[in-house]
Amino acid sequence: MKILVAVKRVIDANVKARVRSDKTGVETANVKMAMNPFCEIAVEEALRIKERGQATEIVVVSAGPQATQETIRQALAMGADRGIHIAHDQPLEPLAVAKLLTAVAKRETPDLIILGKQAIDDDCNQTGQMLAALLGWPQGTFASKVEPGEGEVTVTREVDGGLETVALKLPAVVTTDLRLNEPRYASLPNIMKAKKKPIDALTPAALEVDVAPRLTVLKVEEPPKRKAGVKLADASELVARLKSEAGVI
Amino acid sequence: MSVLVVAEHNGKALAPATLNTVTAASKIGDVAVLVAGKDCGAAAQAATRVAGVKAVLVADADAYAHALAEPLANLVIALVDRFSHVLFPATTFGKNVAPRVAALRDVSQVSDIVEVVDAETFVRPIYAGNALATVRSSDLLKIVTVRATAFPKAEAEGGNAAIETIQPCPDPGLSRFVGAALTRSERPELTAARVIVSGGRGMQSGDNFKLLDAIADRLNAAVGASRAAVDAGFVPNDFQVGQTGKIVAPELYIAVGISGAIQHLAGMKDSKVIVAINKDEEAPIFQVADYGIVGDLFKILPDLAAALDKAKAQD
Ligand SMILES: Cc1cc2nc3c(=O)[nH]c(=O)nc-3n(C[C@H](O)[C@H](O)[C@H](O)COP(=O)(O)OP(=O)(O)OC[C@H]3O[C@@H](n4cnc5c(N)ncnc54)[C@H](O)[C@@H]3O)c2cc1C
Ligand SMILES: Nc1ncnc2c1ncn2[C@@H]1O[C@H](COP(=O)(O)O)[C@@H](O)[C@H]1O
Repeated sequence: MKILVAVKRVIDANVKARVRSDKTGVETANVKMAMNPFCEIAVEEALRIKERGQATEIVVVSAGPQATQETIRQALAMGADRGIHIAHDQPLEPLAVAKLLTAVAKRETPDLIILGKQAIDDDCNQTGQMLAALLGWPQGTFASKVEPGEGEVTVTREVDGGLETVALKLPAVVTTDLRLNEPRYASLPNIMKAKKKPIDALTPAALEVDVAPRLTVLKVEEPPKRKAGVKLADASELVARLKSEAGVI
Repeated sequence: MSVLVVAEHNGKALAPATLNTVTAASKIGDVAVLVAGKDCGAAAQAATRVAGVKAVLVADADAYAHALAEPLANLVIALVDRFSHVLFPATTFGKNVAPRVAALRDVSQVSDIVEVVDAETFVRPIYAGNALATVRSSDLLKIVTVRATAFPKAEAEGGNAAIETIQPCPDPGLSRFVGAALTRSERPELTAARVIVSGGRGMQSGDNFKLLDAIADRLNAAVGASRAAVDAGFVPNDFQVGQTGKIVAPELYIAVGISGAIQHLAGMKDSKVIVAINKDEEAPIFQVADYGIVGDLFKILPDLAAALDKAKAQD
């Protein structure tokens, strides 16, 4: 089995995003970037499937500016076999990414594609489902367990009411949730080894995909701020305030 | 404008988020509701009574029994030509199905809206709610998911919509429902509760959540958790509040032993009143809390239960 993993480079989860003063977006200059946490989980899951002897090759793909190659290198250092970088400097909507990934999937013919459930910058939660639709494949979103079998993959999904399990015909698309696994750190020798692993360079044009945005961002603003309230001495005072002042109990 | 709301339901009743989605849809145009399921007549009847709903489309077939995305998306696709917008609640149900519909119609979806500016312009949070983006869609068909906490619920009674039966589409047979392990609880549902008591890593164990249950019992509250508490196995995954868990906005949110990471705040900072109980006075949760108590939760929670009893006795 061959596994394709899609990863996105985003502002590090530990950095608080700042809105640009001209309201055109969020400040990304000189901000620490990292692999989207859900994508790290996707890479890790692919590695575990391969280590169980259920996959033979893991290909990592990412679309974005030149620096995206660092993110692909990180996945290679974790253990993926080779990378594909689709160079594009402007922001990409999930629909455009899904089209790019569809084109890559048609070339690579993987049996399983693993994505993060959500990129923590745009918080869209769309790309995996869109990719599955465009390929005409089944989808297992928000996975907390992935068990490949004969011609099928069984996916346990984190849903609002608890957990749900579905069986998908292969080839299939899976998106990861937080409890699927704990991603490994790349060891120093593996980081060195990753430098020699190949990264193919592609472009949207080479893949014949129109990535023009359909959404216009009119403005990006800071949400209203909450003010810090008061510190109270004890539980009785809290109950009194909640009753008489806030009126919520 | 004609808007299709794809209902989340359990066959018998509509999920609460469906009612919030109807409210968002009403701001755009005439609202029709699609109820797809197996033996979902009661849910369809409930939809006809929702105030503001003009039509209810019902598709009853085995393929829709478990809301699998593949058959459901195909069904919605077969119907969309009649509509300018398709809205889904931004629940795990809607998040799963909506993008599949959008891609099949070559539409760029607008996720998790908190405001309808006009029929093509919407406000949505990005970066864990640290920014609000106003976006305009140039697609002819708009596909949108709606953050329930940002819109009031439509009245469940007062409407009188007609039912239209829809022929099911052929099942693509790509996926199969195997089973579900749903968390059973006597408590109100997290996203619908008026009061939520949430515990974090500071609770130390699942057993200690009993201390939160004691408060929840007294306030008829739901119990929630931080990611750390879920990851540690204290409580099931569906308790998680946050950027990548559930978004809640109750009247009262009590955060106990939760530090207040951005990802947690993203899920609860629109609550009306926030209370924080934490032994670290520097914990970021205090920056958003209306009322805070600095101290040991293992002492404060029993005190709080007693204080609630005392207040009740005085009523
Ligand atoms: C991609 C991604 C997505 C995420 N999504 C979410 C999400 O949806 N929801 C979410 O919650 N988190 C999410 N997180 C995790 C988030 O970053 C934090 O790690 C998490 O919220 C921390 O949980 P916590 O506050 O319970 O634990 P901690 O940060 O460890 O805080 C524990 C708190 O308990 C207090 N405490 C300890 N003992 C006591 C005591 N005896 N009495 C009183 N106070 C005590 C401590 O002072 C401390 O403030 C996400 C992270 C990432 C990277
Ligand atoms: N530019 C990109 N390149 C590769 N994969 C991406 C890109 N953007 C999104 N993805 C994948 O799609 C997932 C969900 O992203 P989103 O739909 O934007 O929330 C991410 O976790 C990635 O796996």
